[in-house]
Amino acid sequence: MTTVAAPTSVPARRGLPGARRLARLGLYLALGLAALFYVIPVYLLFMTGMKTFAEAAQTSLMWQLPQAASFDSFGQAWQTISPNFMNSAKIAVPAAVLSSLLGSLNGYILAKWRFRGSETLFTLILFGMFIPYQSILIPLLKVEAGLGLYNTLLGLVLIHIIYGIPITTLIFRNYYVGIPEELVEASRMDGAGFFGIYRHVLLPLSVPGFVVVLIWQFTSAWNDFLFAVTLTGQDNWPITVAVNNLAGSFEVAWNIQMAGALIAALPTLLIYVLLGKFFMRGLLAGSLKG
Amino acid sequence: MRRLSRDRIVSIALLMPAVLAIGVFVYGMIGWSLWVSLSKANDLSFDMRLNGLANYIAVFNNIRFQLDLRNTVVFTICFVGASLVIGLLLANLLDRRIRGEAFFRSLFLFPLAISFIVTGVVWKWLLTPSAGVNILFGLDQATNRWFTDPTVLHIAADSDAGRFMASIGLGGLASSEFGIPIALMSLVIAAVWQMSGFVMALYLAALRGIPDELREAARVDGASEWQLFRRVILPLLAPVTVTAVIILGHISLKIYDLQQAMTKQGPGFATDFPASYMWQTAFNDNEFAKGAAVGIVMLVLVATLIVPYLIWNRRQDVTR
Repeated sequence: MTTVAAPTSVPARRGLPGARRLARLGLYLALGLAALFYVIPVYLLFMTGMKTFAEAAQTSLMWQLPQAASFDSFGQAWQTISPNFMNSAKIAVPAAVLSSLLGSLNGYILAKWRFRGSETLFTLILFGMFIPYQSILIPLLKVEAGLGLYNTLLGLVLIHIIYGIPITTLIFRNYYVGIPEELVEASRMDGAGFFGIYRHVLLPLSVPGFVVVLIWQFTSAWNDFLFAVTLTGQDNWPITVAVNNLAGSFEVAWNIQMAGALIAALPTLLIYVLLGKFFMRGLLAGSLKG
Repeated sequence: MRRLSRDRIVSIALLMPAVLAIGVFVYGMIGWSLWVSLSKANDLSFDMRLNGLANYIAVFNNIRFQLDLRNTVVFTICFVGASLVIGLLLANLLDRRIRGEAFFRSLFLFPLAISFIVTGVVWKWLLTPSAGVNILFGLDQATNRWFTDPTVLHIAADSDAGRFMASIGLGGLASSEFGIPIALMSLVIAAVWQMSGFVMALYLAALRGIPDELREAARVDGASEWQLFRRVILPLLAPVTVTAVIILGHISLKIYDLQQAMTKQGPGFATDFPASYMWQTAFNDNEFAKGAAVGIVMLVLVATLIVPYLIWNRRQDVTR
């Protein structure tokens, strides 16, 4: 058992080196197969999007590369859905920014200004993150209509902020709990109050928290379908509703559908590629594990 | 000391907007929905006078809603089960000092960044019988009908098993209402594609948290790799498994976007769910009270799953 002590080597296994090599090969083979499963839909999105209508309609050739790559389908799709793309941006950006400011404030209070019952209150707030929105959708429609917010982008922004309170509060609260109490106490000794502590101790350390929450809220507002389809009409549809209807209205114009779907996915995919680490943190926070 | 108490008031005052918003838009509106569900508001006059449990009785007696519940159960079991198995498998593959680990990890995770709508549109094409995987693998489109397949696997009443079940008083279960719709599996595949990476990430993080000494100790004690996994690793992953089941389970109970983009209600409601039934009832047919009843039933289902989890999580938080 001397091999066990070797610090960097692969842990000792039974079996011959040849067998181990075979096992490694099997390992990469399995990973490769799994990778194919995840990649195939993306391949199809790109390839079909770059085909013409006539070519895409030939389903027997659907897996083949386009005869001549063209971005015409993307242009066509963009013409139809660019207003919706803009709507999504006008919803998701302000929703993400305002949500994160509110979440930061709530998280700060629930982490550093605890009071009797604040933990129970926090749990009650968290419950809002899991509810099926079908259980509030009818009153919500009534309220939005009553406030003149039905079929407005502002209405959707407010909804994303409100129903984003649980997750944004959770992420910031768990983040701020990790900031040592001594720092807060020292600042207090120096005469800082509620706002002073926030500005000079918490805020400068908050950048990663803000990135996580901004990404999370942008992604969920961008990808929302249920609120949008219930509370907006055609002129204010965000991209998800438009792409879903693209699929229904065109007569199996798969090239346009795939191009449209890719355009809809692009902003959040880009964020994922550039800031994947922060995206992951939000995801894990969603399971309450901060 | 005065400073502190003034700050205390400020802190509580600044928390109030969020508390009020959640109070009104979550708890208040749930209460409002509950009232609607107990009312006569089944047309545009929105008559809020109470009507007892009539809407719940109507909804539960509706064959479509019954099939929706069947579909929810089947979908949840298949989707959660498959995601757990695939996620655990991928995490274990990646936890072996793989070259290009970061690349594979990102690849398994990227579907989480895109919407269920986009996933639905793509997988719809992948599983359209006259196209997609049937072309890729040369499958017969007449027998591989994917989400257009009306078949519901169930125990036939006139089979041996069916007669046996009838003899023990369970004959009612030998019907398609307690079967497994083939069309649902297409949705399961798409949902697993989207969410299994999340499970992989959870498990991978947990695996990385298990100290190597523990593995080595088991090996020194003569445990085989399988015994090590089964007796040491798997029990340590139990809390993560609970988390994954809760998160995937509540997504599954609410499933809507993916189904709207991919299959809609399907043949014979084979891919219908409470969420789509609720929407159609409330917003197409203006039967608000019945729609609200479905919404409340969905809430009860999700709460049964989530409330114990929230309490469990809070206890852990306190003892940490």
